[in-house]
Amino acid sequence: MVSAPRSAIVPHAILIAGLVIVLFPIFVAFVAASHTLPEILNAPMSLVPGPHFLSNTIEALYAGTVKTSGTPVARMLFNSAVMALAIAIGKIAISLPSAYAVVFFRFPLRRTCFWAIFVTLMLPVEVRIMPTYRIAADLSLINSYAGLTLPLIASATATLLFRQFFLTIPDELVEAAKIDGAGPWRFLVDTVVPLSKTNIAALFVILFIYGWNQYLWPLLVTDTPAMTTIVIGMRQMIGNGDAETEWQLIMATAILAILPPTAVVVLMQRWFVKGLVEAEK
Amino acid sequence: MRSTMLAAVMAAVFMAMAGPTEAQPIELQWWHAMTAVNGDRINQIAADFNKSQSEYKVVPVFKGSYAETMTAAIAAYRAGHAPAIVQIYDVGTATMMAAKGAIKPVYQLMADAGETFDPNSYLPAVTGYYSTSDGKLLSLPFNSSTAVVYWNKDDFKKAGLDPNKPPKTWPETFALAKKLRAGGVKCGFTTAWVFWTQIANFSAWHNISMGTLDNGIGGPGAVLEMNNPRVVRHVANLAKAEKDGSFSYAGRSTEPESSFLNGDCGMIQDSSAAYGLFKKGLKSQFGVTELPYYPDVKGAPQNSIIGGASLWVMGGKSAAEYKGVAKFFTYLSSIPVQVKWHEDTGYLPITKAAYAATKASGFYDKNPGTEVALLQLTHKPPTANSRGYRFGNMVQISDIIAEDLESAFAGKESAKAAMDDAIRRGNALLRQFQANTQ
Amino acid sequence: MERRVVFAGWLCPAVLLVPQMAVTIVFFFWPAAQAFNESLRRGDAFGLTTHFAGVANFAALFASPNYLASFWITAVFSASVAVLALAPGLLLAVMADRVVRGAALYKTVLLIPYAIAPAIAGVLWMFLFNPSIGVLAALLRWLGIDWNYFLDAPQAIMLVILAAAWKQVSYNFLFFLAGLQAIPPSLVEASAIDGASPRRRFWTIVFPLLTPTTFFLLVVNIVYAFFDTFGVIHNVTQGGPGQSTEILVYKVWYDGIVGLDLGGSSAQSVILMAIVIALTAIQFRFIERRVHYA
Repeated sequence: MVSAPRSAIVPHAILIAGLVIVLFPIFVAFVAASHTLPEILNAPMSLVPGPHFLSNTIEALYAGTVKTSGTPVARMLFNSAVMALAIAIGKIAISLPSAYAVVFFRFPLRRTCFWAIFVTLMLPVEVRIMPTYRIAADLSLINSYAGLTLPLIASATATLLFRQFFLTIPDELVEAAKIDGAGPWRFLVDTVVPLSKTNIAALFVILFIYGWNQYLWPLLVTDTPAMTTIVIGMRQMIGNGDAETEWQLIMATAILAILPPTAVVVLMQRWFVKGLVEAEK
Repeated sequence: MRSTMLAAVMAAVFMAMAGPTEAQPIELQWWHAMTAVNGDRINQIAADFNKSQSEYKVVPVFKGSYAETMTAAIAAYRAGHAPAIVQIYDVGTATMMAAKGAIKPVYQLMADAGETFDPNSYLPAVTGYYSTSDGKLLSLPFNSSTAVVYWNKDDFKKAGLDPNKPPKTWPETFALAKKLRAGGVKCGFTTAWVFWTQIANFSAWHNISMGTLDNGIGGPGAVLEMNNPRVVRHVANLAKAEKDGSFSYAGRSTEPESSFLNGDCGMIQDSSAAYGLFKKGLKSQFGVTELPYYPDVKGAPQNSIIGGASLWVMGGKSAAEYKGVAKFFTYLSSIPVQVKWHEDTGYLPITKAAYAATKASGFYDKNPGTEVALLQLTHKPPTANSRGYRFGNMVQISDIIAEDLESAFAGKESAKAAMDDAIRRGNALLRQFQANTQ
Repeated sequence: MERRVVFAGWLCPAVLLVPQMAVTIVFFFWPAAQAFNESLRRGDAFGLTTHFAGVANFAALFASPNYLASFWITAVFSASVAVLALAPGLLLAVMADRVVRGAALYKTVLLIPYAIAPAIAGVLWMFLFNPSIGVLAALLRWLGIDWNYFLDAPQAIMLVILAAAWKQVSYNFLFFLAGLQAIPPSLVEASAIDGASPRRRFWTIVFPLLTPTTFFLLVVNIVYAFFDTFGVIHNVTQGGPGQSTEILVYKVWYDGIVGLDLGGSSAQSVILMAIVIALTAIQFRFIERRVHYA
């Protein structure tokens, strides 16, 4: 490093300011989750955490809030977890083979297939929600985990990231495999998948978060409280209704909603950072 | 580890894909937008009905906000997956009505099913809103309320005002709001549901037309006229009060309630159904009174109008399902169910008998203020201006009007310019609705 | 960019492509085609009576001052979010690149907002700035600022920009840091020996080397602001006050789902798709070029 240690005060000061900005909204949510509703409504709320964090969290977890008609947040967490895992695993499972096909073969319509996948990259579900819903209904996917996940598995992010990575696999490896008499299947299983481990781990993180954070689609495709995911649950808790807004439970739910994806990002940070940066570069 | 996780997911997916299994009684889905106490009551009503007989099973499903519930029902209808019963908010009435074939009118449903059904047993102030111009009931009123004024007695005391003397007129309201501010209360008054309280109920209460063809009840060719001098003057007064801080706008729907709940605002104009919320959440004493009026407007006060939602029956179901729905509606209209609904939720009863029974039980004496809504609704026999309103695309129109009111309150536009703009955009939507549904 | 050495045959790739293509066709192209078809029709919400309307829906959109205003709002919003998410991301990355002690902790914490759903980020910020109960709203009022984003359009816009940008800083930080760490130290050292100040070194040597990263992030941030911020708007302002925060994707949703105007909403979908495809094409060309010269 060029910089001498004495100049490290400024960077630390700026970084600490960054941490404060990042953590402050989460801290306030935590504090609100530790107070009672009257304490929150009696603005401005005290920033010293109160004693009710555990009881509020437990109430949200097992009883839900009035505005969600008592769907417990624990159930929402389960639904979100199933949805996020199914999306992450499903996307990897369909996009790795398709990227492999596009990169390691020459066949008619290859470019067309690639572009067909590619243009879906950023077509958000919001702009095609009504027709997609009708199709989901035609296929009897309403109120099922399949309905929650299948339409979201169809996106190009993972295919593109795998493609970028596959393009960097040295030709020598392919030639060596061919000389050894290995066919495309063997090469895929024995060489490409093991080499892609970091990318798979990184993608898992990205897609898990993508899945966890969905809400417009789940809102439409499920119509029973038992299928509510946590992000929709949050929306219902603050949405217009005829009951009071229970901020202490909403903030407890927010903390619960943030925890799993944050844990995934933090615990898998090493692969995530490496994979994300390398793949998208 | 990884494989067990995967197995768990796969198991969950397959379990979900297997779907629901056999059900003996005919299942009737009831989609609604009610939460909290109201949601609990809905579940209880359905459970009680299901226990009372074995042929039908009503399944209440919470679908989110009113807008989300309506959209979901329409999307479901288009996908051939509609529920039997859906709760639709007042502003969606014209859209549902225009959808001939997609809905089953209640009067027809009851006749087909051979259920005894006497339209005269219902409260006209409530059913009028959901009937054709010749009085045929299209949807069953379910949760109805009207706009009233709540005032915080402790705030009044704090500002040195008589806590038992709420304002009667608008000039008094503005004057009291100023005094509240001067006496150290953060805001004089606020209003929830700004379009519904300040335009729709304001117009009915002053017997002013909101649009031609009897506020649109007469047909889809109606033209909005909410830019009339009386409404404009009122909006200008509100904007003036917003500027000096005696009125404090805090959002289009229920957001302002938190400013009343924490004692910041001395008065709020809100739905009569918010009573329970304030009773539970407000630490101070509070009272309920009728909406204020301008004494110089001839005929005011007239009567206020309802808001809320009604139950629509979707089209394309079997005769057996309709029979079940009709039976359920009869059950829903019965006196004990109605009385309990009214007393627990603060929504209005829909039958005259339920109103009388509640009164006889002494409920209104024990809970002062709870009858204000009914008295206000039945203040005078409704006129063409005060029966209700029914405009197509009303969801957007009410948002447009709220948007323009926001511009006027923020001082960005004059009251006149704001209302002219609202009417121009609103009429364009009306014409679009007319073209699309013909 | 293409591989030189490939496998032969078409059956094998076809089998590998089937799942992805099936899902893409069923859940993307079919609905997109329906949206396109719908955009040329008009009808009631229930689809009971619809008729072909040609380009009437598109004509109505471009004649509507509100739709054009929505374009402008989207542009201001996206540009602000991009700048407000990029600049702190770069600053923090440069600083994190300089420190040794605590670097891992800084990196970990700065990554957290990436994990938070835009909708939830919106709720957190709304709670801070809620005029009646927000902690920061109280602070602003104490400072003499009349804070009421329900009525004050610039305040509402600032709030949604802040919430949307906050979440995205993580992502930018990560990429800038990676970009910085890829710069050979010898380059910077040489210029240090020449006596250039750290600030000068940054602007003359480091920043130009980061241009590809910056450009890539700019596109990503704009796309993020265009679409992923729906949840922020939906939870914080619902497009208000007036229509001051009604960005394009919110309007598509509102006109279609709340307004039940399928034709108009579908026409907006088609316009948005065109924008997305254009953005994607730009980005694609760019990615391809970078891979070549990397």
